[in-house]
Amino acid sequence: MSGPLLALEHVNRTFTVKGQTIKAVDDINLNIQAGEVLCLVGESGCGKTTTGKMIAGLLPTSSGSILYRGKDIATLTNKDRKEYRLGVQMVHQDPYASLNPIQTIYQTLSAPLQHHRFTRGEVETKRRVSELLQIVDLTPPDDYLDKYPHQLSGGQRQRVSVARALTVHPKFIVADEAVSMVDVSIRISLLKMFTRLKDEMGVGVLLITHDLALAKYFAWDGRIGVMYLGRIVEIGQAREVVDHPQHPYTQVLLSAIPEADPDATRSKKRIELRSMDMPSLLQLPTGCAFHPRCPVFAGEVCERVVPPLKKGDWGSDVACHLVQAHES
Amino acid sequence: MPEPVLSVRDLSIAYQARRGQVQAVRNISFDVERGEAVALIGESGSGKTTVGLGLMHLLPATAKGLGGNAIYRRHADGSTGPEIEVLSLKGDNLRQFRWHECAMVFQSALNALNPVLRVSEHFIDTAKAHSYLSGYRQTAALKQRSLQLLSMVRLDAERVWPSFPHELSGGMRQRVLIALALLLEPQLLILDEPTTALDILTQRNIMEVLKELRQKLGFAMLFISHDLALAAELADRVATVYAGEIIEIGDVRTIFRNPHHPYTIGLIRAVPTLTSDKAALISVPGSPPDMIELPTGCKFHPRCPLADERCRREDPELTELGSGHKVACWHWPKAREVLKVYQA
Repeated sequence: MSGPLLALEHVNRTFTVKGQTIKAVDDINLNIQAGEVLCLVGESGCGKTTTGKMIAGLLPTSSGSILYRGKDIATLTNKDRKEYRLGVQMVHQDPYASLNPIQTIYQTLSAPLQHHRFTRGEVETKRRVSELLQIVDLTPPDDYLDKYPHQLSGGQRQRVSVARALTVHPKFIVADEAVSMVDVSIRISLLKMFTRLKDEMGVGVLLITHDLALAKYFAWDGRIGVMYLGRIVEIGQAREVVDHPQHPYTQVLLSAIPEADPDATRSKKRIELRSMDMPSLLQLPTGCAFHPRCPVFAGEVCERVVPPLKKGDWGSDVACHLVQAHES
Repeated sequence: MPEPVLSVRDLSIAYQARRGQVQAVRNISFDVERGEAVALIGESGSGKTTVGLGLMHLLPATAKGLGGNAIYRRHADGSTGPEIEVLSLKGDNLRQFRWHECAMVFQSALNALNPVLRVSEHFIDTAKAHSYLSGYRQTAALKQRSLQLLSMVRLDAERVWPSFPHELSGGMRQRVLIALALLLEPQLLILDEPTTALDILTQRNIMEVLKELRQKLGFAMLFISHDLALAAELADRVATVYAGEIIEIGDVRTIFRNPHHPYTIGLIRAVPTLTSDKAALISVPGSPPDMIELPTGCKFHPRCPLADERCRREDPELTELGSGHKVACWHWPKAREVLKVYQA
């Protein structure tokens, strides 16, 4: 099949809170190829979760469209809608809240298999559930079938959530902060599992995270998109974005991150913001939304014109007047 | 060398659960020197928060102190004051210890402030409860001192003073809590996950504020965190906590550059950094232990690649390797070599 698996075209999302309109996602354009790994990073309130929810079909767009295999998900026929719904699955942040506490692991995993007739009969269903548990490294599967979520650790629950997403043979998984509530010592093994799903089953992943180091690790050969106040300000090959950040916001973020190395972290050069205050989403700054805090603020053009996302020196797409002026 | 501000010895605390006793803290001993920053790092459920709560007498009713002691020493004008046994404090003495001597900044800044009180009222209430600048004539002095503290944590003091907590962002609230904790000039500040749940740029701001304040005011810090990077940035000494006990403690550089316990080594290798190579990252296998039915012998043995019969049988004690670096592992001499630690 040609064309991207998912395409976002001028996607906007606003929320109305107490009569006021909040722009959560502002004109996002994004193509995601089948089997691709993409990380969206940004601070809270930047719209990364809203974007993920729209891609997973859990939230309609306010304007703009999302295409799944070239078809707008808002106007799908019943048959196509089912294919999309099964094709794009979501793994939520909190493994304590996302599993039904009164269902055993077997019940949780067998329900979608039987409902969508992926398996027939108890024997086949059980075989498939065991297989899924093995895929997510919960072995031996027989130890887990009759357990309830409360008998499992956070990491194990998150594995069950992934196994549940896999029951319907998805093409793409949206993982919203899927490892941030899991103990540090086992995060890497969870991410490795996602990588294996990609390598062995061709399942693409969108990982939404606030941790740039984690994003670089996970999207090693994929892409990272950095969001600020509803817009993607920089997107490109993961290692390029982290090693050669172009957008001043990405640079500030990277310089602010403490490193788990006492000498490196204490000698790291910090970039100071012009203002510590995050602008209110109710009243976004004009022009480039980052301009009131930008360390390299260049005057009028930044205040007036929203910079478009364009290819920069290092191959990443960057939305900054300065980077673009420097190049032309 | 002056005596430590805080000396904790063999502290043990357990929680009563339906299934049995959760042994949250087991025989923990450490010192906090004057003006020093000590970090307790460990995963959730390792017992590190319980240590802080225990010292402040803030444990829930289901918790039980099982022994040990904690000696606090007030250093004033170059001389060391009387020793205070923290764990047996009661009534007015406890009140005097809290906030005057030792203050705590809690984990969830979002919930630690009273939502119906203004920031000003938090300061005034705290001062009143501890009889600090609380006379009728001292209201102005108290306000002045509070505003000064609020500006020290880089807040717009005049604006924040009359605000309600909901009018402030998470990072601002966290800074209000830090300013409030410092109101009575404590010598020791306990910070429980001071930057967790905050955004990167806000975290950076809090870290800079803490560094600045420490330089200006010279208090000691005990901070409790699962964030290794925070410890690397702020701590002078680091203790790794696993299954309720300290399994390694040492100077911050030693712990990060030359760790000897397989768990510390594993933890450091499990955290991705901006510069780390993809291949160098490895998870610690297995999951954290059941704190009610702890494994026999070394509590880390079910997850440890070096475990042998002795580890399953006997629990290793902290052994001094020199210059304050202590490790609790039977195999520490070969741990680094076998686990091939990255050496910079």
